[in-house]
Amino acid sequence: MSDLLSLCDRLVAQAQPGEQVEVVAVHERETEVRAYEGQVESLTAAESQGVGVRVIRDGRQGFASAGTLDLAILDETLAEARENLAFATPDEFCALATPDALDPAVLDIYRQELVDFPVESKVALALELERRTRQGDPRIIGVESADYSDSVTQTAVATTTGIRTTAAETGCFLSAYSLAEENGDTQAGFGFSVGRQPSDLEVSQAATDAVERSTRMLGAVKPPSGRMMVVLDPWVSAQFLGIVGGTLSGEAVQKGRSLFAERLGDQVAAASLTLIDDPTNPAAFTATATDGEGLATRRNVLMQDGRLEKFVHNSYTARRAGTASTGSAVRGYSSTPGVGVQAVSVQPGQLSPDALIAGITDGLLVQGVSGLHSGVNPVSGDFSTGAEGLRIRNGELAEPVREFTIASTLQKMLLEVTAVGDDLVWLPMKAAGVTLVIAELTVSGA
Amino acid sequence: MSTQHDARPLLNPALLQETIETALQSGATFAEVFVEDKRSTSAVLDDSKIEELTSGRRRGAGIRVILGETTGFAHTADLSPEGLQTAARAAAAAAQSAGNSNKSVAFASDGSMPAPVAAVMPDQVSGSQKVALLQKADQAARGFQAAITQVSAHYADSRRRIQIANSEGLLAGDDQVRTLFAVSCVAQGDLGRQTGRQSMGHTVGFEIFDSVDVESMALQAAQRAYTKLSAVPAPSGEMPVVVGPGGGGVLFHEACGHGLEADIIAKSASVFAGRRGEMVANPMVTLVDDGTMAGEWGRYGVDDEGHLAQRNVLIENGVLTDYMWDYLRATKEGRPCSGNGRRESYQHLPMVRMTNTFLEPGPDDPAEIIASTDHGVYVAQLGGGQVNTVTGDFVFGMTEAYLIENGELTSPIRDGNLIGNGPQTLQDIDAIAGDFAMGSPGTCGKDGQGVPVGDGTPTLRVARLTVGGTAA
Repeated sequence: MSDLLSLCDRLVAQAQPGEQVEVVAVHERETEVRAYEGQVESLTAAESQGVGVRVIRDGRQGFASAGTLDLAILDETLAEARENLAFATPDEFCALATPDALDPAVLDIYRQELVDFPVESKVALALELERRTRQGDPRIIGVESADYSDSVTQTAVATTTGIRTTAAETGCFLSAYSLAEENGDTQAGFGFSVGRQPSDLEVSQAATDAVERSTRMLGAVKPPSGRMMVVLDPWVSAQFLGIVGGTLSGEAVQKGRSLFAERLGDQVAAASLTLIDDPTNPAAFTATATDGEGLATRRNVLMQDGRLEKFVHNSYTARRAGTASTGSAVRGYSSTPGVGVQAVSVQPGQLSPDALIAGITDGLLVQGVSGLHSGVNPVSGDFSTGAEGLRIRNGELAEPVREFTIASTLQKMLLEVTAVGDDLVWLPMKAAGVTLVIAELTVSGA
Repeated sequence: MSTQHDARPLLNPALLQETIETALQSGATFAEVFVEDKRSTSAVLDDSKIEELTSGRRRGAGIRVILGETTGFAHTADLSPEGLQTAARAAAAAAQSAGNSNKSVAFASDGSMPAPVAAVMPDQVSGSQKVALLQKADQAARGFQAAITQVSAHYADSRRRIQIANSEGLLAGDDQVRTLFAVSCVAQGDLGRQTGRQSMGHTVGFEIFDSVDVESMALQAAQRAYTKLSAVPAPSGEMPVVVGPGGGGVLFHEACGHGLEADIIAKSASVFAGRRGEMVANPMVTLVDDGTMAGEWGRYGVDDEGHLAQRNVLIENGVLTDYMWDYLRATKEGRPCSGNGRRESYQHLPMVRMTNTFLEPGPDDPAEIIASTDHGVYVAQLGGGQVNTVTGDFVFGMTEAYLIENGELTSPIRDGNLIGNGPQTLQDIDAIAGDFAMGSPGTCGKDGQGVPVGDGTPTLRVARLTVGGTAA
């Protein structure tokens, strides 16, 4: 890790007078095991690394990246970044981040247990997941994939403005995708478990979820079209919360691409909704103590009791808005820092999902959505996505339904959240999920 | 315009041979080295400023070893003999091999690289020429209407050279040059903001801008955003859907393309498994996947396993003729590869992927198709889509669409998704016109890997799809 930082330092030291230079370096080691029908289908052992170099002079920014830490190529990368800046339009706000008063949180997200975990044990976990999923129910006819994957990631950022940070994290992940069949109808379902180290993983939970999600969809029919009360399960709500978080980026606001621009202080969501972006929460899958520019991340309350409180900023959008960075620069080594939320969650409510469902006479539980990337327009707020799930009748889960869409606008949906469950769970994405009850969405089916 | 063609292999064949022999030493039945050297440039204009010109490079090798049912894979950015030996041993160990062997490998070719299919290589074009295209597009879009409040434009090019060698003596290479341009606009009206986008991408060099006018692309993007300011909410429920020329490729990509990939078929995770020779679509439907289509976004010389790109007929006059294949699945079936083994980069295992997927033209007249539709939706531009191959349920987005009322296009409608079931939709296609066009360049995602794909269709009608709007 100190190697990464010294490599960054070495390039930063080559800055010429009048130049700002930022170097980000990443090293990652990954393993992925896929089991199929009791055997290892594939095992990937991968090591990757890369560096991104940003040079700023006279308000112009140039950037270049390379997928290597080879010293000779790093020098060329710096030279390319320097050449590239000549083509940018000068921008008075263009500059690197400078250290602020906040120290990075100390996060327990690097676990030696994972680093030392032998490959044979990883293989054994994948095989066990595949076996348990396959044997979970007589109607399971196959397991399309049962995967164990992990990563050990180290990053370093150094700049001529005095930023020098390093970060290290481990993560591992089990996922199963099962196929269930009954009366000629086949349905699929997935289950997963995530952790920082292998002992965090729950194989039986991942297998049971996959089995339940596939078998309970057997015999699904197309529901009638109409407006309906809809319950989003945590897997689905997390995807929506991530998208809502995306609309609160300072960049989207400044460029006239956010549906919430000019709405600060307004009641934009139901009073039961408090939306928080907190990458310093170690429970978050995407927890990180430093952002893409090397500044400390922090807890940002975006909506308090439904009132819009804050947009997130990196150092550029903050400078342009006359405010301070919220530690929200996001990037990989191969791109310049963007701005965005990193670990979004909502304040959980009091009632369990079962209790929430018990209060619904006629509604729909959505357990999966598809086509979010094509179905949500984050600028206009219109959304419409494919969905599958279960009808709710008289307070109980009833028949499975599929091949329908749910549609509304993000603006309307946020105001129509009628209840938040107590089941907040961090998922393998930049958001946590929780059961959300929405008063009305348009269901398009038969 | 052309430079001297450099036919030297990326890596010396002797080094590839040693690496494969090391990978085989543990008793593997198959070993492969995939070498990649990719350079790319990207320029972004947003908010009337050239925000950045960036360049990137990626170079490395992925080594695959197959032993029995198990594939071992390792990759390295270190292309020295030591780096390759280490990766070869890691891949062999990953395949959990136990035996010993001393297999030797002889290549059937000298490994010389083919010439790229590009008249003007991107690295011969100055940054200022690339940036000038963005500024032209920005000015054109902003000049369209005061309601256009934001414009972003994106230029990208890449040159990807690959070399593949395997233990069966295959040694092949390819030199892929791609160029992409896209414009996105935001229009602001009394009822909020709307967006419009236009993009093009081809497997050629900078000469594409001799025939593509970025200003007219910008005007199309601006027109789309502006038109949608007066859009009504999309209807909700089942109705006939007419898809315009070039638009419908995504529909086929999702409705059946993924379901015809042999890796998904082999795991019985497709509704099309075991249905070769059956009538799966309306007899008007002939669906082709063609990796050889000159200049198209999903075109290449050889796939990422070294096999020649091919034209593969998937559905002919409604009958399912064949699936798409990679090395692993084709070998198991004892049949030839179909040139569909692709990977995102040297850091990924290859799998079965589409290339350019398109529907052959039909006998109908496009105007007549609309005129004979009493009430429905006309989709002029589709967004992305997604499919559950197990059930065949698929969605795709509409980013420019209109109501059809009494046989005429009327109000523009707001963005939304449509949902259908693949096998049902193939049967429900009841009209296909002769006005074939290719659609926008796409990136197809599967199992976490993105690869460039193209698609195309003439105007067509599906008698019944579910439109996922909010209007009753």
